[in-house]
Amino acid sequence: MSTTNIPNAAAPTAWQRARIFSRRIFGDMGSLGYFLRLVVLLVFALYFGLPLLWLLLAPSKDQFAINSINPLAFGNWATVLKSWSNINLYSNGEIWLWFRNSVLYAVSSLAIGLAIGVPAGYILAVARFPGRVLLLWLTLITMLLPPSAMVLPLFLELNLVHLVNTMWAVILPASFFPFGVYLAYVYYSSNLPADLIDAARVDGCSELDLFRHVALPLAKPLLGLLAFISFNANWNNFFGPYVLLNNDKLFNLPVGLQTMIAGTSAIRPGFNTTPGLLKFQQADAAMAGLVMILPVVIVFLLSQRYVVSGAFTGSVKG
Amino acid sequence: MTSRIVKASPPRFPRKWRQYLSAYLFILPYFLFMLAFGIGPGLYAFLISFAKFKMGIPQYFAAGLNNYIGVFKDYRFLFTIGNILKFLVVSVPLGIALVVLIALLLHMRPGRFASILRTVYFIPGAVTGPALLLLAIFMFSPAMSPFGPLLRAMGYPSFDSLIAPARLPVIFTVIGFFSGAGMWIVIQYGALQGVSTEVLEAAKIDGCNAWQQALYIKFPLIRPYIIYQFILIFAGNVQLFVEPQLMGTTWIAANVPQQWSPNQLAYSFAFDIGNFGMAAAMSLLMLIVGLGAAYFVIRWTGFFDIKA
Repeated sequence: MSTTNIPNAAAPTAWQRARIFSRRIFGDMGSLGYFLRLVVLLVFALYFGLPLLWLLLAPSKDQFAINSINPLAFGNWATVLKSWSNINLYSNGEIWLWFRNSVLYAVSSLAIGLAIGVPAGYILAVARFPGRVLLLWLTLITMLLPPSAMVLPLFLELNLVHLVNTMWAVILPASFFPFGVYLAYVYYSSNLPADLIDAARVDGCSELDLFRHVALPLAKPLLGLLAFISFNANWNNFFGPYVLLNNDKLFNLPVGLQTMIAGTSAIRPGFNTTPGLLKFQQADAAMAGLVMILPVVIVFLLSQRYVVSGAFTGSVKG
Repeated sequence: MTSRIVKASPPRFPRKWRQYLSAYLFILPYFLFMLAFGIGPGLYAFLISFAKFKMGIPQYFAAGLNNYIGVFKDYRFLFTIGNILKFLVVSVPLGIALVVLIALLLHMRPGRFASILRTVYFIPGAVTGPALLLLAIFMFSPAMSPFGPLLRAMGYPSFDSLIAPARLPVIFTVIGFFSGAGMWIVIQYGALQGVSTEVLEAAKIDGCNAWQQALYIKFPLIRPYIIYQFILIFAGNVQLFVEPQLMGTTWIAANVPQQWSPNQLAYSFAFDIGNFGMAAAMSLLMLIVGLGAAYFVIRWTGFFDIKA
């Protein structure tokens, strides 16, 4: 675009050519600004990226190599296989039971949460009824209460109805998803024309028909974003299961990983090694960590399109 | 049509009520969950904070204000409150400023490079809880960390020389930002995508360069999202638990006091000494702090503009 500024009478001088070239590379940031931006972004890329790269490589290094060779070097495949079999040996492959539990808990909470949350957010956006403003305020307030603050009262409440130490103790509280309701409310408020709704109502369209034929087809990016946020939060839920479950067969991965590593020398050689337990090492701990985070990475890569350009986009008004 | 309008007058109220009814049906399941898992536990905690526990059985109202007095008198109360204040003062402003800076820098020139970086920043969000702490401990051990040379240059030749009580607020900030920032970078970037291109084009024509656009146009327009981030980050960080808990007691007994954060203290009241009343009182005090801050910010900024 800046090439059109060349005076067409004479050939550009060297100085002009240099300026044109620099504008093409640096845009309107200026060369100093260009490099400043690059340096800052790359420094953060190292901060966020190096630990993950290290974690990916760590299972390939035995106890000696992990502490001596270059942190970002690859060890060997034999150690990768050994770490893999070590985490599988722990309590006869209990890690896969936890993995299954994690999937079950995360997907169930996600499904229930969206099934009750999206209609609620929708109706809060399109209908006027007594108690609506109160419900919106309660949604905001409960959204601000992080789950961890509710865990102790929740424990006592679930204890009253004898649900502690069952899978429902994890699934049901996590299905309450006010953040999703609020996002759905914002999304429908800004993306669903009120005239359209009114017209459909006058034509005798029931609220249920409206939701099914107008609101749901519009909700794809919203559902993608909400599914991702909810899955991520549920998959990583630690404090809830940590307090509400004490049967290791019911643990999810985060709590399982915690117990797997406690009482071994996986983190600190020589510390607190419980005799008789499998000798867990740093490479094995890293492998277990990888098993835990890979599904989230995959879900992110699959839903990235929605996460990045999803429901947040429509709601900033200039 | 006309006949319907004429006939509409008498049954007007029933129809309105029918609309209310269908709205309530849409909202009912959510409302029940809200009662059971949002408002219920909060109110129950309030009730229990006045209860005395004998052999795990609550005697409601038997304790009066004793649980609250017990919490205030506990020798760790002021210590943990002080710790969390230091952590908040470091983590909240720094976290927000850096996230907004990164989002603005990325958005200056969207493209393949920016979108690869955004993914790199985001993926650590998959690492939380125990996995995050595990990774953090490795990263803070100079012998095996890729940041080893940096740590040694800063004068920390070993894990134990680095982990000291005075540095914990910064250390927990570095750990939390690693995992939490990506999500917010993506959200702020999404907000920037919503800034009207016409406005930006107009500014460009008026001679506004990329830096001026970021500072004078984009930054003010994403202000609501920054406030939103503030509220959620504050409410979340007040509840710090996993990092000090695993680092201090469960895993490696590093140089971290057993009860460093208020949430740990509440947990200890409940499960170390079985006093759920004091635990509830402590949790409620923390809730009030989080809610108070949120309320203040909401009122002050006019955020959460609910259309009545």
